[in-house]
Amino acid sequence: MSEAHLEAHATGHDHVTHDHHTPTGWRRWLFSTNHKDIGIMYLVFAIIAGIVGGLLSGFMRMELQEPGIQIFHGLASMVYGLDGAASLDAGKQMFNVFTTAHALIMVFFMVMPATMGGFANYFAPLMIGAPDTAFPRINNIAFWLLPVAFILLLMSLFFEGAPGSTGFGGGWTVYPPLSTMGHPGPAMDFAILSLHVAGVSSILGAINLITTILNMRAPGMTIHKMPLFAWSVLVTGFLLLLALPVLAGAITMLLTDRNFGTQFFAPEGGGDPILFQHLFWFFGHPEVYIMILPGFGIVSHIVATFSRKPVFGYMAMAYAMVAIGFVGFVVWAHHMYTTGLSLDVQRYFVAATMVIAVPTGVKIFSWIATMWGGSITFRIPMLWAIGFIFLFTVGGVTGVVLANAAADRALHDTYYVVAHFHYVLSLGAVFSIFAGWYYWYPKMFGYMYSEFLGKLHFWTMFIGVNLIFFPQHFLGLAGMPRRYIDYPDAFTLWNRVSSIGYYVTFVAMVIFFYATWEASRKKRPAGDNPWGDGATTLEWTLSSPPPFHQFSTLPKIDSKNAH
Amino acid sequence: MHSAPAAPAGKNNRRVGVALGGVVVGMVGLAFASVPLYQLFCQVTGYGGTTQTAETNPKGVIAREMKVSFDVNMDRALPWTVKAAAPVTDRIGQVDTVNYIATNHSDKPTTGQAIFNVTPEQAGIYFNKIECFCFTEQTLQPGETVEMPIVFFVDPDLADNPELNTIKEITLSYTFYASDSEGS
Repeated sequence: MSEAHLEAHATGHDHVTHDHHTPTGWRRWLFSTNHKDIGIMYLVFAIIAGIVGGLLSGFMRMELQEPGIQIFHGLASMVYGLDGAASLDAGKQMFNVFTTAHALIMVFFMVMPATMGGFANYFAPLMIGAPDTAFPRINNIAFWLLPVAFILLLMSLFFEGAPGSTGFGGGWTVYPPLSTMGHPGPAMDFAILSLHVAGVSSILGAINLITTILNMRAPGMTIHKMPLFAWSVLVTGFLLLLALPVLAGAITMLLTDRNFGTQFFAPEGGGDPILFQHLFWFFGHPEVYIMILPGFGIVSHIVATFSRKPVFGYMAMAYAMVAIGFVGFVVWAHHMYTTGLSLDVQRYFVAATMVIAVPTGVKIFSWIATMWGGSITFRIPMLWAIGFIFLFTVGGVTGVVLANAAADRALHDTYYVVAHFHYVLSLGAVFSIFAGWYYWYPKMFGYMYSEFLGKLHFWTMFIGVNLIFFPQHFLGLAGMPRRYIDYPDAFTLWNRVSSIGYYVTFVAMVIFFYATWEASRKKRPAGDNPWGDGATTLEWTLSSPPPFHQFSTLPKIDSKNAH
Repeated sequence: MHSAPAAPAGKNNRRVGVALGGVVVGMVGLAFASVPLYQLFCQVTGYGGTTQTAETNPKGVIAREMKVSFDVNMDRALPWTVKAAAPVTDRIGQVDTVNYIATNHSDKPTTGQAIFNVTPEQAGIYFNKIECFCFTEQTLQPGETVEMPIVFFVDPDLADNPELNTIKEITLSYTFYASDSEGS
């Protein structure tokens, strides 16, 4: 392609037509080795999975709107053709299955594909001035494994799990013995296989992105001049590389315990179910940072762009992420305070967990310091970024509460925990994804969305998600346990408020899809850089959307403030 | 992709990619290595109420008394009754012998196996067994009754652990499973 265009700053929107290597039609997507096309496919996939996962939680919120069983026995009789007491039992299991599927879908098929799949693939190479990723074909494989994994997970919903019922209902943590003796049917095997395939996909993606970032930065872009989003992808890539194989190992042991008579987690054979919890959380805790770190990167750029200032404390911001990633690997047993750890072990995990608040605080304060004295414009991405900072801080504070082993005795497995991790993930990570979407939408598609619809989406969603999750703190403190289909009448009020919050959020999602549709119809040209002087990273030097192949001549980085 | 940049990156990329792949393989290995390591860790530290084994008690007896209770749980697939030993209250360090009594109620020989731990779990490291029927398979003939002895002592070092200051009782719990050879 070097003869086709030697300009790094290819302009105009007809770039695709004068590259005779550009594949067209379905081949362009199925066989794609182009990081931008793959990024778009990841984003579309994440949106589809998000719809499925979001609808599942809708059924749960409708069920929990009132005490008693409202809809799941009806659902069960519709899906399985049962009635009477049988439909009631099947409905209860179905609720558990929905809870499990909601979590797995949102973690592995919505947040991770959106951040490490979509935005990282599309923008990490652009930001470091690379023509593509290091292993474009592996990138293609990594993406296409994901729909396979998703289909396997959806299939698991329709096979027998616990005796006489359908699907796996043991929670996303898949603890044995519920996932071994408790669900002898093939549903769990499908779920395990799905996680394996999704894990391979993520690992391949991570290897590709790490190699790209380490090896393919433009001349002059030293690692300490690299934009913070690229830093976040680099750190997240290493977390994936170190954490996911442990999950793969643990669920492989589950698989052989279930099917081949091994007894890794079966006490009768000298195994220990608690070992699974250690392995799972050795993966599971870094996993939550995998979901949030790319969001940290995105938000840093947005805050800097719309404050028209370089990000405050660049080095501290970069190494705070490294520190969070590192410490994230040595705090896993704070999920296991109630499993009989000795006091000294609990003391260690309390202290180590609290330490994470330090680098996280560095990030929050640096974002605020970036805004301080800046000339701030409240464009749509900035609203989402500030919303992210606010919501993530709320979730972080409840996290510090839960880090205390003594408090956790009372709050373990209550709605307080549900509220906590939804504030950091469902609100934090998702707001960072929407921030990224509205920030880069004009770059990816070349068009500008309606400012009004974007604002409407933000405010509706902000009110909706807070209505869902803030009352859950009260429910948790009052002692309502998570993962149950029913609850005592005393919990009715805040459950109803929470369910109303879901409907508000649902409307927000309708606005989001309408806004996206409206933008694609109105075709307001966005221009190369719609955000002005504050947007300094390399993707804004390209056309919108960028040419099919960019940086044929590598850009030279000499400015001190590349980030 | 033949349009890859004409940079020397190609070979370098492969090297980094292979190294990162090595990290993945290593982590999978570590996940599996964690199984024997965890077992070793439990044995060494008494984690999770794992008891210790000893030949004799070299540390003598102290004045503090400890009640040791015995408990038994049965796998439904094993047609035995097992009667736990009566509680023993003795000075810490004293070597005691108790008997569990097992009877096979079925009309064919059956094989069982017992696993065990103690609560509070922090006491595991101090609970020493000189002799026991731990992890050995036992076959009982139809109607046969056997005595299963446990010879144990509590390590006097327990008195130095502030976490166990208030502990007056340790429970040793056995769970009997039908052996796999019986096809439970």
